[in-house]
Amino acid sequence: MAEERKELIKLESGEAEQPFCWSAGVYGSKFLTELRDNKRFVGVKCPKCGKVYVPPRNVCGPCFAELTELVPVSDEGEIVTFTVVSFGFVDPSTGKQKPVPYGYAVIKLDGADTYILHYLDETDPQKIKVGARVKAVFEEERTGSMLDVKHFTLLER
Amino acid sequence: MGKRVAVVGVGMTKQRSSRPDVNGQELINEAVRAALEDAGISRRDIDAVVIGNMDHFEGINYVDTWSVDGSGALMKPIMKLTTGGTTGTTVAMAAYYHVASGLFDRVLAVGWEKNSESDTTGAIITAFDPFWDRPIFAGAVAGLALEATQYMHLTGATEEDAAYVAVRERRHALNNPFAHLHINLTIEDVMNSPYLSWPVKMGDMCPRTDGACAVVFASEDVVEEFPNKPAWILAVADRHLWAYTSDPYVNQAIENGWWFPALEWSAREVYDKVGIKDPLKEIDVAELYLPYSFAGLRYMESLGFCERGGGPDLVRSGATDMGGECPVNPSGGVMSSNAIGATGLLRVAECALQIQGRAGDRQVPDVKIALATGFGGCFWSDVLLMGREMPEKPRG
Repeated sequence: MAEERKELIKLESGEAEQPFCWSAGVYGSKFLTELRDNKRFVGVKCPKCGKVYVPPRNVCGPCFAELTELVPVSDEGEIVTFTVVSFGFVDPSTGKQKPVPYGYAVIKLDGADTYILHYLDETDPQKIKVGARVKAVFEEERTGSMLDVKHFTLLER
Repeated sequence: MGKRVAVVGVGMTKQRSSRPDVNGQELINEAVRAALEDAGISRRDIDAVVIGNMDHFEGINYVDTWSVDGSGALMKPIMKLTTGGTTGTTVAMAAYYHVASGLFDRVLAVGWEKNSESDTTGAIITAFDPFWDRPIFAGAVAGLALEATQYMHLTGATEEDAAYVAVRERRHALNNPFAHLHINLTIEDVMNSPYLSWPVKMGDMCPRTDGACAVVFASEDVVEEFPNKPAWILAVADRHLWAYTSDPYVNQAIENGWWFPALEWSAREVYDKVGIKDPLKEIDVAELYLPYSFAGLRYMESLGFCERGGGPDLVRSGATDMGGECPVNPSGGVMSSNAIGATGLLRVAECALQIQGRAGDRQVPDVKIALATGFGGCFWSDVLLMGREMPEKPRG
């Protein structure tokens, strides 16, 4: 009789893929087509409290009001908070390693009341400050995604 | 109307980095057997089961169905919950609601996770919006780092202040045989550990853990059947207020009037219900979901243990150490063990053990009131206040 093997067996999922197809909604679509076609940011304004939402959405949570008014928002703004990511991980959207280190910030665009996440073109945390002015740098090839903005560049260094 | 509810039994597995010797159901069964034995009952005595984990972390859905043999839920009502980091506290709150409703007398709550079975950061990212969050969001570590940067900017707190919390949690864990990390770190060790996402270092973060926890909740009508002293639920609250991961930072500035609003609102609600005026003095022990070191500064302020910006001084004073005014996380907390679906329920289980005087080497003397919290996703919060004395009336 063969000698008993005592290893604990594991199973790997391998290169399994499960494709999804998500809807951005009307305002999300308008936002992304403006980015793609005109390199412009737009927000959606609440008719009750006046708050301008970027990323866009069709309801203001506090007012529970329907949002219908698109308003222009600047491609410049300021850093609300930031980090520099240095741990390696696989981006589940692409299956590829993220190119660490990279700067990443919460950004308030001029004219918006809510914030977006985006990359910074700086990886030294000592050179990035809360409140620093930043401006969007667009990709040449754009597809209708937040990644149509390559990153935000620091306007003061 | 409504019933008062107590925890009468707890069970937990040892929290470990990897448990390749068991599958999910077998891990769940370890905790459930321990909880039933602790409560002195069999699975037949349980009226309903509430179970939770982050099922996409293991990539196996429907834990409520495939775990019935192990959880003891065979042919019983089951409710499954998945709420991110708060999963374990949400499971506890739902078990509480079941019993408080008067429809069930004995309910088993189960929280578990096998983080070793997937890439936790990748799995966390897929919990968020594919258009606005996922392209940039770098999971829990970076999301928390954004909070840490903002906190330091607003208050002047330092990385070294945070390191005090990291050291405290790991020191406390040395008293807990169930904790995952048993390492005696120094401030220097934390400060010299590599940055994961500036300003958050390896020593500041929770580990990834495999583990399970089970807790038996009983109605005031049957509580005397159980050998353990009851640990009463005094009040619970939870708050959610963000859609996207970039939303929370909007109102987390002092000038906007709130300081981690979900936690602050939840805490105020339970304090108001129970009549707590000075939480640091009136609460005897706290088991808080602190996923990283900076949380141990800022959440002190959100919980009303000190003024805004006062977290570093409070922690450095020793008030949150064993022997202090209100020891925080005698178990070693989340920074020492983080099997995500179990983590919140462990906070409740640890509070019960403290109230019952059964916490062994990690026991805080004479605990009358204990506070448990859960933290999840875009800075949402569950808060439970527990006590030795039966409340005068049932509360939400």
